[in-house]
Amino acid sequence: MNINPYATIAQLSQGLAEKQFTSRELTEAYLARIDLLNPAIGAYLTITKETALAAADASDLRRQAGQTLSSLDGIPMALDDVFSTAGIPTTCASAIMAGYIPPYDATVWRLLKEKGAVLLGKTNLDEFAIGSSSENSAYGPIHNPFDLERTPGGSSGGSAAAVAAGLAGYSLGSDTGGAVRQPAAFCGLVGLKPTYGLLSRHGMISPASSMDQPGIFAAAIGDCALILAALDSLDPADSISVKREAKSYGHLLGQSVAGMKIGLPQEYFGKETQPEIAAQIRAAARELAAQGAKILEISLPHTAAALFAYYILTSAEASSNLACHDGVQYGLRLEEDNIYETYRATRSAGFGPEVKRRIILGTYLLSAGYYQVYYQKAMQIRTLVRRDFDQAFQNCDCLLTPVTPSTAFKPGEKKNDPLAIYKSDIYTAAPSLAGLPAISLPYGLIEGLPCGAQLISPPFAEDRLLQIGAALEQKRLLPQDLD
Amino acid sequence: MPELISPDQVGQMAKLSSLRLSPEETITYQQTLNQILEWLQQIEEVDTQGVAPTSHILPLVNVLRPDQPVPSLPREVALANSPAQAEGCFKVPRIL
Repeated sequence: MNINPYATIAQLSQGLAEKQFTSRELTEAYLARIDLLNPAIGAYLTITKETALAAADASDLRRQAGQTLSSLDGIPMALDDVFSTAGIPTTCASAIMAGYIPPYDATVWRLLKEKGAVLLGKTNLDEFAIGSSSENSAYGPIHNPFDLERTPGGSSGGSAAAVAAGLAGYSLGSDTGGAVRQPAAFCGLVGLKPTYGLLSRHGMISPASSMDQPGIFAAAIGDCALILAALDSLDPADSISVKREAKSYGHLLGQSVAGMKIGLPQEYFGKETQPEIAAQIRAAARELAAQGAKILEISLPHTAAALFAYYILTSAEASSNLACHDGVQYGLRLEEDNIYETYRATRSAGFGPEVKRRIILGTYLLSAGYYQVYYQKAMQIRTLVRRDFDQAFQNCDCLLTPVTPSTAFKPGEKKNDPLAIYKSDIYTAAPSLAGLPAISLPYGLIEGLPCGAQLISPPFAEDRLLQIGAALEQKRLLPQDLD
Repeated sequence: MPELISPDQVGQMAKLSSLRLSPEETITYQQTLNQILEWLQQIEEVDTQGVAPTSHILPLVNVLRPDQPVPSLPREVALANSPAQAEGCFKVPRIL
């Protein structure tokens, strides 16, 4: 039995089909690796060993009976702890959710279960998906498998670190303004944020409803297509779920990109961007040009303004969304004399410092006298950002940019400067404001750290995004010092 | 740096958010929030005259489902996570 924890879903699925190993053996191999490596990485908050083995056994029985459900059947995976999992603790990495066991499944998890997925556990993140460095978890920081002294990015840092370290075949995270794409870039993975409305948010506890989407971390583009096809489904439980015709998403993979027009927005290559990253992305553009794509230098004039709008809107929405955590229905309660003091005691003890900062900021931005100055203005900027993209897509099939201005940084480097962390989202926030699908692809190493390229496409063109991504796909990057 | 938010305002916002801050926390938040607000002042330079606001990006309006009863969570399941319950309800300390 030869199990490679860094194999793609396609390879693992083939191994299962050819009886090189069973799902139980595969699951046991991942669980053993988690035991060995998770203490140093901090990727998992909860390891669901018993239910994982039971799900693996059920998958093996289906396979023996010739009733395998899909190519995801029997493949071990991980879920960010923002996804509700019936019977399995869900904390959002917050002390205020301690002890909460959801009574129902998030839709994306239900859909994966129906395809035979084996859940290894729930992964760590920045508390309530607020943060970009995985330093804000109530349950400890997460470390980047490529350099344990560095951040894996955030907020979905645990889901990224788990796949990057070979502790799961694939994983899901949540992406508001880059929380899947940025960790994917820092950890050498493919990270997809689908179009707003494509995947159901039902059961995903996340801070900014006008932007949040479930996202995918995978080892390869082909894997990403398989997972997306499994998750794409109209959900009456999510009011923004958009009805689409079922797609395979992988149907364009391997097709030529000759004649496609790829835009390079000049604002994404400014002085904020580490020169080595800009050089890598320009090399990616040359690689596409060599395959016959046409490269166009374009402009998205409201890129800098987008970051301001993003922080105003996400802080405002978070302050409102997090109001439900009050110690009444679930989670932590610090009981005092009356209900109002109980709310205050519970929320003050249960939320971490960055979450409190965003709640206070959001409350301020929405308060009388400031609403028009900030919130209203941010929504207007959002319109301008959309127009920028609409205009760009009149001439381009897709845009190519860096994912992040720098490679993975060291936690603490920016700890006392929230603005420095906020600015690391500059290239991922704008597409989120416009609801656009975007993918982060590993594109080489810079001083041993992965570099990510971002592709952005018009709404619901994920198949095109994956096709162009495949034209740039490289051999998987592996952490060197882990094993 | 101009004072865009005062310690008293931070205290007021915390109260509106049902949060208690120690005097030290109030000062720390006042400083970082002031820094963030100063950075956000740059939005004034963006020309948004006559631009309609976008609250979310999908062209969806009033998504409705058929008005048919569907099963919901049984009461005991919905109550299972509550810190305190009584007579099939969430139990809380006094309100008045």
